[in-house]
Amino acid sequence: MIGAPMTRVDGPAKVTGTAPYAFEHPVEHPAYVHPVQATVARGRVRNVDTAAAEALDGVLAVLTPGNAPRLASTEDRELAVLQSDEVAFRGQLVGAVVAETSEVARHAASLVEVTYEVHEHDAALRADRDDLYAPDKVNPSFPTDTEQGDVDAALAAAAVTVDETYTTPMEHNNPMEPHTTVAVWAGEELTLYDSTQGVHPVRKTLSSVLGVDPEHVRVIAPHVGGGFGSKGDQHAHLVLAALAARRTGGRPVKLALTRQQMFALVGYRTPTIQHVRLGADADGGLTAISVDVVEQTSRIKEFAEQTGLPARHLYAAANRRTTHRLAALDVPAPSWMRAPGECPGMFGPEVAMDELAGACGLDPVELRIRNEPEVDPDSGKPFSSRNLVACLRAGARRFGWDGGSRARRDGEWLTGMGVASSTYPVHALPGNSATIRYTADGRYRVEIGAADIGTGTWTTLTQIAADALGVEPDRVDLRIGDSALPPASVAGGSSGTISWGSTIVETAHVFRDKFGDDPGAGDEARGDMPANPDSERFAMRSFGAQFAEVRVHADTGEVAVSRLLGVFATGRIINARTARSQFLGGMTMGLSMALHEHSVLDERFGHVVNHDLAEYHIATNADVADIDAVWLDEADPHVNSLGAKGIGEIGIVGTAAAIANAAHAATGIRVRDLPITPDKLLR
Amino acid sequence: MDAEITLRVDGTERTVVVDTRTTLLDALRERLGVMSPKKGCDHGQCGSCTVLLDGRRVITCLTLAAAHDGADVTTAAGLADGAALHPVQQAFLDQDAFQCGYCTPGQICSAVGMLDEAGRGWPSAVTGGEPGPLDDAEIRERMSGNLCRCGAYAGIVRAIEQAAR
Amino acid sequence: MIPFDYRRADDVLGAVTLVHEHENAAFLGGGTNLVDHLKLGVANPDLLVDVSRLPLDHVEPLPDGGVRIGAAVRNSDLAAHPLVRRRYPVLSQALLSGASGQIRNLATTAGNLLQRTRCVYFTDVTTPCNKREPGSGCAALAGYNRYHAVLGASPHCVAVHPSDLAVALVALDAVIHVQGPDSARTIRAEDLHRLPGDEPDRDTVLAHGELITAVDVPDLPITARSRYRKVRDRASYAFALVSVAAAVDVEDGTVRDARVAFGGLAHKPWRAHRAEEVLRGAPATDDTVRQAAEAELAAATPLPDNAFKPRMATGALVATLRELTREQA
Repeated sequence: MIGAPMTRVDGPAKVTGTAPYAFEHPVEHPAYVHPVQATVARGRVRNVDTAAAEALDGVLAVLTPGNAPRLASTEDRELAVLQSDEVAFRGQLVGAVVAETSEVARHAASLVEVTYEVHEHDAALRADRDDLYAPDKVNPSFPTDTEQGDVDAALAAAAVTVDETYTTPMEHNNPMEPHTTVAVWAGEELTLYDSTQGVHPVRKTLSSVLGVDPEHVRVIAPHVGGGFGSKGDQHAHLVLAALAARRTGGRPVKLALTRQQMFALVGYRTPTIQHVRLGADADGGLTAISVDVVEQTSRIKEFAEQTGLPARHLYAAANRRTTHRLAALDVPAPSWMRAPGECPGMFGPEVAMDELAGACGLDPVELRIRNEPEVDPDSGKPFSSRNLVACLRAGARRFGWDGGSRARRDGEWLTGMGVASSTYPVHALPGNSATIRYTADGRYRVEIGAADIGTGTWTTLTQIAADALGVEPDRVDLRIGDSALPPASVAGGSSGTISWGSTIVETAHVFRDKFGDDPGAGDEARGDMPANPDSERFAMRSFGAQFAEVRVHADTGEVAVSRLLGVFATGRIINARTARSQFLGGMTMGLSMALHEHSVLDERFGHVVNHDLAEYHIATNADVADIDAVWLDEADPHVNSLGAKGIGEIGIVGTAAAIANAAHAATGIRVRDLPITPDKLLR
Repeated sequence: MDAEITLRVDGTERTVVVDTRTTLLDALRERLGVMSPKKGCDHGQCGSCTVLLDGRRVITCLTLAAAHDGADVTTAAGLADGAALHPVQQAFLDQDAFQCGYCTPGQICSAVGMLDEAGRGWPSAVTGGEPGPLDDAEIRERMSGNLCRCGAYAGIVRAIEQAAR
Repeated sequence: MIPFDYRRADDVLGAVTLVHEHENAAFLGGGTNLVDHLKLGVANPDLLVDVSRLPLDHVEPLPDGGVRIGAAVRNSDLAAHPLVRRRYPVLSQALLSGASGQIRNLATTAGNLLQRTRCVYFTDVTTPCNKREPGSGCAALAGYNRYHAVLGASPHCVAVHPSDLAVALVALDAVIHVQGPDSARTIRAEDLHRLPGDEPDRDTVLAHGELITAVDVPDLPITARSRYRKVRDRASYAFALVSVAAAVDVEDGTVRDARVAFGGLAHKPWRAHRAEEVLRGAPATDDTVRQAAEAELAAATPLPDNAFKPRMATGALVATLRELTREQA
């Protein structure tokens, strides 16, 4: 069962469009909410004139900072919706209309007149700002700075050095399903149909912010149209929906953010400026690795992306340093985006490694192999398993790797190959329980508040439960995506399958211990996620290698990725079909990051001006040609009872660097600032 | 302003009162409870709202419902033939051509429409001389009006190849 | 979106009268640009007159050999029409490079020509834009102007016209038929769109209530040797950074005749008369084409984000003419 390419349990519903997402659950006579957003980046709301809006037929309520219900907690300033007249970023919620139809709600919202006391704002991220500061820690809880040996001395003495600055732009997750919350109060009971990566975290946060007993809040999310991190934390629209629903006398309200609104309200990946310095001996043996990161956070809520983190774990070098510095700006709060830290943080260093290979006259694959560490350089602990070298070698063979520095000409197209390493930590998140109940129809009902955001949870947990119980999958009746089910951790950090899966395995053991192989109807057992004694003894990470072949048009600079291969070592694969799709999906997002994505912030106004899917480019079908992902068999007895490491994010890590390195091989032009657009390769 | 219109949706006559401002997408989702076509961007930039309108693939977020009184609308929910899935739907299942599923109904309607267009000899931006059989490059270009953030494109192309056979 | 009345026109004159006599009325074709603008608050008519079902949906050969394209012909039908594909490949290719299959099934000929700029400040009612609100300023000049004009711009507006079809029609010397309340007229495709000058709010020379009814494309041997090349930030479903509509007639390695129009460079499709002059009678080589492009683009005034456009347009023209020349060898 484990490893089998079982087709998705939710497949038939999805291909017929009958799987319900947040907006789509049947509710009685809903009203529609349309937000009003601040058009200044910093200041105060002086007045909100709602007369014209309220005069429209069909308007049920107009919420303002002056009349919105008070929240119990305003500690989280992103969630302190309509609680004060303070404006902290352009696009912040400053009002909302609740109306009978979405057309009336939108029209009325445009009639709400807000006047502001405008303060000067600051939205400029620069590496030379004099107010950059070191956060107490970087996400999720790592040291901000690390230092070993004497980096400066080692760099000065090195035979070969690379000293360059690399940048990644602001990016937006942009899941296809816009963030949506449907909220309905029945007395003091609140039900939410939400688009979220975790129903229990939503319940916990919202009940705290509203000041209600979590027992009175139910969050339902069986199907979620993607998240990629942006639905991992709670955002302002969730609170707004709950407040708006207070004004309809018990009628449900539907709040679906528009694509444009998402660019200000649901988080994004911070731009990063990475100063990377490498020092090596003449044979490419690294003596120094230094990564200094500058990035942004919002003034009202700190988010410190751990961009310097992967450099702490990749290669051996006696002298090492990583630092993070933040600029607190009048901008929305950044948040999680696929492979936080690892994704941007493997761009600069992996392009730098390519530059080092060139300076040493070495094959970039060989350079990486030469610097393979014996233990985790950061902690000194042994890796529970690490097969980066095997991935590089297998990938080079499979890809037809040409050494990476050869430009070939195919008519009007220059082509070249590039490589980069890939890595992602193994996370298990606490707070998981499951129940298994034998039902009268001879099936095992398995319940846990897990989430399927496209990752395949409906299917993989069914397989895990079936395997643990020793039955066929069709005898497993899995229930997820509901806070009425046992508590579960968020779908994030590639931790879902590990955390929920190990909990289910444990629960299955408890069930069999208690009821044996021939249970009776109604027999039920509950299990909690087991602790992992090995988690302190070992450094636990997944590794991979990304190979890219890029074509660049000699006359126009147009760039296309003709081939992309990822080879991964990520422990035991639960479902070969969904795993392959996750790897390919991550790599596709990496291609999109390499060539297309760039949220353009106009500092004069403080907002992202290319705030829709026509102007913020994600890869289309035509951008993805030959793409393949394979994995090595990797047995790791230390990570958890499943031997699984989590695979949802590693696909995006290193892809952009591989593509940038391939573009350099093709053209001799070294692009250090993403995205790699045609103008950057135009002669 | 309100208007009463009739649409044939997945084989069933539906009469509904709409605002003249109501798009076909919102008429389906908000007034008829037909949730199969999805709202991904509401501005014609993602293709998630694609249906077959009088047999042709179109996006519904920029079409006014009042302008299509009497139209025949087929969504992904209406493609199946009784209990049997449409070959394109079955192919999507077989090739794992989706992940979160939100763009999927639009992808499927678009693919059905696209195969019909190709069958009629319509060229695409990558067609050299005369259109030949659909190869990978043709499928990718013709399906580029359907964005997929989960990156299921590789599976989508394989699924359409399978269905086209 | 303010409430609006929706009416379907019975005939061309009826449609024209309805709109002409109602200051805040608009024609509705496929809706793929107008409805976008209604939602954005960029357009706020209180009356829509649907002209998409008027009997203007044919592609007909003309007695003198050209073709007449009805204003309501859908972009997809036009691109697939055998006559168009055979005689005017640049036209078919231009259409197919625009939007998506689904959008092309809705969009009409006239609607495509009359679509408005995609400048991010024009489409956002909260940022200054002289095109939307004359006198409010141009936020693009010192802002995000990657997609903006390098030719023919004014201090008031640096927007670019986004239609690919328009560029092809300009290269083909097409003629637009327009029906007004009192009379009909024809306008050369090259004259339909304006440069911004002091009135950036006026995209075209059309008066309120004038309706495009058809487009005539003349028949010349050169038009069958034509091509459209679009350079963009991703492989599909994106507007042009720069584009080229070109036709060339080469004999014995010499250019006998050429047609060139650029997209993505100006407030209107840019017919490259100077480039054509350089090309006529010259050897059909990359170098000649480069010189021709450089002559045309010598007057370019790039902005901070689009300094690459002249070089990219040159490269696109070189590649396009090289391919056309090769085909004729």
